[in-house]
Amino acid sequence: MRRSSWGLGLTAAAFLLSALMVKAATAQNAGSDDLVKAQSNAANVVMPTITYDNQRYSTLDQITAENVGKLQAAWTFSTGVLRGHEGAPLVIGDVMYLHTPFPNIVYALDLNNDGKILWKYQPSQDASVVPVMCCDTVNRGLAYGDGKIFLHQADTTLVALDAKTGKPVWSIKTGNPGKGETGTSAPMVVKDKVLVGVSGGEFGVQGWLAAYSISDGKQVWRAYSVGPDSDLLVDPEKTTMHGKPIGADSSLKTWQGDQWKIGGGATWGWYSYDPKLNLIYYGTGNPSTWNPKQRPGDNRWSMTIFARDPDTGIAKWVYQMTPHDEWDYDGVNEMILVDQPINGQTRHLLVHFDRNGFGYTLDRATGELLVAEKFDPAVNWATKVDMDKSSPTFGRPEVVAKYSTEHNGEDTNSEGVCPAALGTKDEQPAAFSPDTGLFYVPTNHVCMDYEPFRVSYTAGQPYVGATLSMYPAPGGTNMGNFIAWDARAGKIVWSLPEQFSVWSGALATKGGVVFYGTLEGYLKAVDAKTGKELYKFKTPSGIIGNVMTYEHNGKQYVAVLSGVGGWAGIGLAAGLTDPHAGLGAAGGYAALSNFTALGGTLTVFALPSS
Amino acid sequence: MNRTLCAAAVLAAGLCLSAGLCLSAGLAYAIDDASGDPTAVKSVDGKWFDKDGHPTFKIEEDGTVDWYTYVGFTRYSANCLRCHGPDGLGSSYGPALADSLKRLDYVRFTATVAAGRQNVSASQDLVMPSLGNNKNVMCYIGAIYTYLRARADGAVGRGRPEKHAPKPAAFTEAEDKCMG
Repeated sequence: MRRSSWGLGLTAAAFLLSALMVKAATAQNAGSDDLVKAQSNAANVVMPTITYDNQRYSTLDQITAENVGKLQAAWTFSTGVLRGHEGAPLVIGDVMYLHTPFPNIVYALDLNNDGKILWKYQPSQDASVVPVMCCDTVNRGLAYGDGKIFLHQADTTLVALDAKTGKPVWSIKTGNPGKGETGTSAPMVVKDKVLVGVSGGEFGVQGWLAAYSISDGKQVWRAYSVGPDSDLLVDPEKTTMHGKPIGADSSLKTWQGDQWKIGGGATWGWYSYDPKLNLIYYGTGNPSTWNPKQRPGDNRWSMTIFARDPDTGIAKWVYQMTPHDEWDYDGVNEMILVDQPINGQTRHLLVHFDRNGFGYTLDRATGELLVAEKFDPAVNWATKVDMDKSSPTFGRPEVVAKYSTEHNGEDTNSEGVCPAALGTKDEQPAAFSPDTGLFYVPTNHVCMDYEPFRVSYTAGQPYVGATLSMYPAPGGTNMGNFIAWDARAGKIVWSLPEQFSVWSGALATKGGVVFYGTLEGYLKAVDAKTGKELYKFKTPSGIIGNVMTYEHNGKQYVAVLSGVGGWAGIGLAAGLTDPHAGLGAAGGYAALSNFTALGGTLTVFALPSS
Repeated sequence: MNRTLCAAAVLAAGLCLSAGLCLSAGLAYAIDDASGDPTAVKSVDGKWFDKDGHPTFKIEEDGTVDWYTYVGFTRYSANCLRCHGPDGLGSSYGPALADSLKRLDYVRFTATVAAGRQNVSASQDLVMPSLGNNKNVMCYIGAIYTYLRARADGAVGRGRPEKHAPKPAAFTEAEDKCMG
């Protein structure tokens, strides 16, 4: 009896073991093309954008609008790092992979054991990279593929770690922090390549996106945002804007002299991929310097949406949203890929909520511009985007002279520009629910005064050239809104005012619940249809991370990093004042430092076991 | 241009020799200002100095600030704000310089800006870069100091000073020479 029982046990154990090995093997091979399949298993989160289309939508539906009110903190994990925590962890099988700001620690946490540390990787980095990072030492997350975890460190080292052991498999240097190039964005694995971008728009870098071989880290291609055609990886005859070839020297013609060499166009946002069209999408950042007078011309291709072939890097189409930027409206925010009917016809769309305050809808196959509407009524720097296809200025914003820092000139303070340089929305990604057809967008509701002036370039030193002061948009004291947006009509459906900018990435779920975090530190759950608040919980610090959800042992969890910092930690820590509101209002706006303090913590939520 | 910056460094070192005197005198007069009594006693081409010869602010009864305090605000906001927060009030990681200047005198302030500073421990990675060869900072270091001194002493409030004295011709000349 004992013996047969033992035998049975062994058989069962062997069966279980082999099942686990199959599962592990599947996970191991989930690099390259398999990620397309792996992303559809909602139990896991295999990429920083949740899925390639950047919808940030999960089909998990145990947590619903009816029961989310009972959500509880299941377990928490301190990262041991104090600075701003952006991004979100990955979950693959029984393991969660978590990153931190500088010094960029990576933890593998055991989900079978309340987050026990399976391994920890801490790179050795020269601390001199810290001051060349604009706006805090954030990192937006890890990528996974081919059994490896990819980290783009602050010092631009791209390292591939064995997902099982945390041991480096290969490591290469992608940039030069000595001239202000740093790593903050999350890499993305597409097929057999790891895509990596660069930060440093405030240090006069020549921005680029690069693809490295997933197996050994060799560079496959590198596409610059500005410069000669050979740097840009464009085909002057085939790469188009608004359906027309961009022609030769499309970037060089729009810069004076050699300014493009320090012309910016950093690529620190999120990347999307459409496997059917075989195109990747991303946006480029501000032209350098912030003083527009020092760089006459359109400054192409800063502030531009790029669609590129991931195999060759060659651009298929481009669209420059903010030619000759005068306000630091980086175009790096995520490109959300959705298929929605317009006039009865299903269109393959790209939806993008830009820093400049316009929500853009384009055909992602051709780059045709379909909609460009303000997603915050406060936006005033442009009256509209010219949507007349026969107009020579089609697709260009109609800039209001009063708010044009170029028009007003150097050493003149342009007052009351909305949005502020933070943008109506920054990198914090929006979500889309195919169930409601709506986009859920975390926004800033902040305006500014902007005074450009002459600035001189020194490699590795800040290269800014403007003074700005920021304050809440007129007519209220709320500095943020969480909105639901109809991208086909270009209209706000509902809007929830928040005291501070909403700097946390949103998550939509099949359970009819949308999640986001606030700078005071609340995780909030709202009804996807109505925006009604269903649940909130105060985490240990302000949230600038992105909400994610996964399933483990048949149970749905929601997780978010808290740890205030980033631009929000600079602009809002001391509170904002309105220089035009008179003495009475000075100090009338809340200081974030009265609500929250530093500290990185992951909080994981679940419904109570019944 | 390096020569100009070198000259600036020599000037700072020269002031360092008299720093002890200034500091001890300062402590007797104004505990809120490590450089001592900020009262402006002398003006050269619109630039004001205290009795010890340190740059200082001059604010008229109607709130008009001197040109250098104003320029200090703009250059602080362009070059320092991203770490030290708006109006010298600090960020989630950079110290509030409006407080720091209560402990840092002019000489130590200038030396810190030029050389940088590191405070790296198990829990913090606070690194200030060396800005000694950054013209956008060093060509205006006196003005930035003057503005922050006014903030430390509570003489200037938050935000952009509403009214300021006109730009002195000497400023434009010195700026062109320094910025190149």
